[in-house]
Amino acid sequence: MATMTIAKAINEGLRASLTQDPKTLLMGEDIGELGGVYRVTDGLKRDFGALRVVDSPLAESGIIGTAIGLALRGYRPICEIQFDGFVFPGFNQITTQLAKLRTRSDGMLSAPVVIRIPYGGGIGSIEHHSESPEALFAHTAGLRIITPSNPQDAYWMIQQAVSCEDPVIVFEPKRRYWLKGEVDTSAPTGDPFSAHVLRSGTDATVVAYGPLVPVALAAAAAAEEDGRSVEVIDLRSISPIDFDTVTESVTRTGRLIVAHEAPTFGGIGGEIAARISERAFLSLEAPVIRVGGFHMPYPVARVEEHYLPDIDRILEALDRAFAY
Amino acid sequence: MSGSGVPAAEFEVEEVLLAAQSAIGGQQGPAPEMLQVLAPDGTKADGLTAEIAGEVVDFAPYLAATDAAHLRSLYRDMSLIRRFDQEATALQRQGQLALWVPLTGQEAAQIGSGRALQPQDYAFPTYREHGVALTRGVELADILRLFRGVTNGGWDPRERNFHLYTLVLAAQSLHAVGYAMGIQRDQLADPSLPQAASVAYFGDGASSEGDIHESMVFAASFDAPVVFFCQNNQWAISVPAAVQARVPLARRAEGYGFPGVRVDGNDVVAVEAVTRWALDRARSGKGPVLIEAYTYRMSAHTTADDPTKYRLSGDEQAWQPRDPLVRLEAHLRAQGLADDAFFDELAAEARAMATALRDAVLSMTVPDLESRFATVYAEPHPLVQEELRFFQQYEAGFADEGEQA
Repeated sequence: MATMTIAKAINEGLRASLTQDPKTLLMGEDIGELGGVYRVTDGLKRDFGALRVVDSPLAESGIIGTAIGLALRGYRPICEIQFDGFVFPGFNQITTQLAKLRTRSDGMLSAPVVIRIPYGGGIGSIEHHSESPEALFAHTAGLRIITPSNPQDAYWMIQQAVSCEDPVIVFEPKRRYWLKGEVDTSAPTGDPFSAHVLRSGTDATVVAYGPLVPVALAAAAAAEEDGRSVEVIDLRSISPIDFDTVTESVTRTGRLIVAHEAPTFGGIGGEIAARISERAFLSLEAPVIRVGGFHMPYPVARVEEHYLPDIDRILEALDRAFAY
Repeated sequence: MSGSGVPAAEFEVEEVLLAAQSAIGGQQGPAPEMLQVLAPDGTKADGLTAEIAGEVVDFAPYLAATDAAHLRSLYRDMSLIRRFDQEATALQRQGQLALWVPLTGQEAAQIGSGRALQPQDYAFPTYREHGVALTRGVELADILRLFRGVTNGGWDPRERNFHLYTLVLAAQSLHAVGYAMGIQRDQLADPSLPQAASVAYFGDGASSEGDIHESMVFAASFDAPVVFFCQNNQWAISVPAAVQARVPLARRAEGYGFPGVRVDGNDVVAVEAVTRWALDRARSGKGPVLIEAYTYRMSAHTTADDPTKYRLSGDEQAWQPRDPLVRLEAHLRAQGLADDAFFDELAAEARAMATALRDAVLSMTVPDLESRFATVYAEPHPLVQEELRFFQQYEAGFADEGEQA
C-alpha cells in the first residue's frame, strides 16, 4: 500500500505499462521534457527515452492518426490530449478511423490505442479548459470510455486500458489530480468496465463518475443527517455502462439521481434514465432525476461554481425525488 | 450566349472556368521539372537525371530493370486494371455495385508506384488505388466487395501489406506515417529486419486536408520512412487542382524540409524509377519524399459524377495523346519488343478476368446483420451482447409467424 495522488497513480500506472510491454509508448504535446502540463508523465521520458515517450508536434489529429498507424504495426500507443476542449481536431481520426477499424476489417484488425484526456471544470481556467465531452464519444460504437475517481482506480484502470484490445478513452478528472488515496499496487480493482458501489443506502441511489464522485459522497453524508440513506455508485465506465449494478441498486432504493458535469441534454444521465426506466419501472418511487450542466457552452470561470453540480444541487434533486 | 458554333453547355463551362481562374489569381508559379522517360509518342530516353532538393540524382540504378520482359509486364498490369475498371463500371451501371470509382488514366501512376514497392513495404491507399492493389496481389474481386455493399473492407491488409481503402480523405496519410514510425522502432530493436517503408497515397483534392499537413510535419520531424505519393489527376470531383494549390504540389515538400519531385504520372517507367528511388531513400533512413504524379482522371470521379457539368471535352481530348497505355504500346511495337500475339493474348486474358470478376461479384455472400454485432469490439461488450440478444429474439419472432402461417 502506498499513498499517492491521482496524478501520481496514473504516472505509476503508465510506468508499469511501459515496463511490462516494450510495445507501449506515450505520445502527446509537452509530455516528455516537461512531463505534461499536469506533470502526469513526469520523469517517464528520462527513464524510457524519446522513442517510448514522444514529444509530438502540436497537432491532435496527427497524434491520434499516427497512433493508429503505430497500432497497425503492433504498437500500443497511449496518447495524451492536453485538455478536453482541444480533442476536437482529433475527433475525425477518433470517430471515423479509430472506432471503426475493427468493424471495417470484419474483425481482422484491432486498434489498441489509449487516449488520455484531462476533463471537467472547477479549476478556474480559461475557455476550452473545463469541458466534459464524454457523451460525444460514448455515442460512437467501437470506443470504450472509462473515468477513474480515485488513485487506486487511476493506477489500475490506466493499465487495464492499455492491455485492452479495443480503443479506450480515459477521461481523467483534472480537478482531482491532487486527490490523495491509498493504492494497492498488488491487487487490481477488477473489471474496469464495471461500476462500484462506494456507499450503501436504502432510500435513494446517486450515480456519479469522475470529478463528481467526492461530491456525491459528501451529498450522501449530508442527506444522512436528514435521515435519508443514500447509496452512491461510482460508474467508472461510461461505455459500456454497468446497468446491472445500477439496476440492482435502484430496485432496492426506488429512487435514482444521476449527476455529471456535462450538460444534461443528450448526456449520459439521459441514457441511464431511459435504461433504468425500462429495467426497473415498477421499482421507481419517482422519476429518474438528472443533475448536470446547463445547455450552454461551459461558462466563464468566475461563475462556474454556480454551473457545476455541487452538494446542494444533488440534495435538491434528492428532495424532489422524495417529494414526488 | 452561344451562336458561334460552341455548344452552349461547353461555353458556360468555359466561362465558369475563366471566372474561377480569375478569382483565384490565375496562373500558378513556375512549374517544376517533370521527370519523364517515356514520351507520349513512345520514344524512350536512355537515362534520367534530375536535380532534387539541390542534389543531382541519377536514376540509372532504378531504371535497370526496364528490359523488354519488364516493360511488357508493366503494360500487362496497366491493361488488366483498365479492363477491370471497365468491367466494374459496367457492373455499377447494371445495378450490381452501389458505386464505382474509376481509375482510367491513372494506370501508370498506380502500376509504376506499386511495382516499385517491395513485399515488406506497406501501402495506405485512398479508394481509387485499384492498380496498386493489383501490384500487391490483392484479389481484384475483393476490391468490389466494398462497392457491392457486403463489407467495408474486403481483404486482410496484413497478407499483402496493402491497407483497406479509406474514404475520409487524407486520414490514411497519418496512418502511413505512424506505421513508418513503427518500422523505425522495429529496426532499432532488431537491425537484422529488412529495411522497409510505407507509402501514403492521396490526390490533389486531399492535399488540402489538414491531415496531409500534419502527416508531413510528423514525417519530417521524426524522419519517418514514408513516401507521400500524390496523384494529381487535375480534378477533385468538379474543382480544378488550381483551387487546391497555388504552387505546384511537389514544391510543398520544401516547406516541410524534405524533397518533392514531379513525375509524369502517365509514364509508367519514370514513375516506377522515381518511386524506387524515393523508397530506397526512405528505407535507408534519409526521411520522407513527396512524389507528385502529374496525371489526368480520364473518366468521372465516380459513377455518380457528370464531368460535362464542369470541364470541357477539349480538356479530356487534350489528354488523350498522353494516355499511359498508348505510349507504352507505341514503344513496345516500335522497338519490336511485343507483337500482335502479345496484345491478342493479353486481350484474351483480360476478357477471361472480366468474366471471372463478374461471376465473383454475382456470387458474393451477403452477410447478415447478426454477424455485424461481432466485429464492433474485440472484447465482450455487454451493450452489444444485449442488443444482439434482442435482435435474435426479434428475428426469431418472424420465424414463428412463418411456421404458424
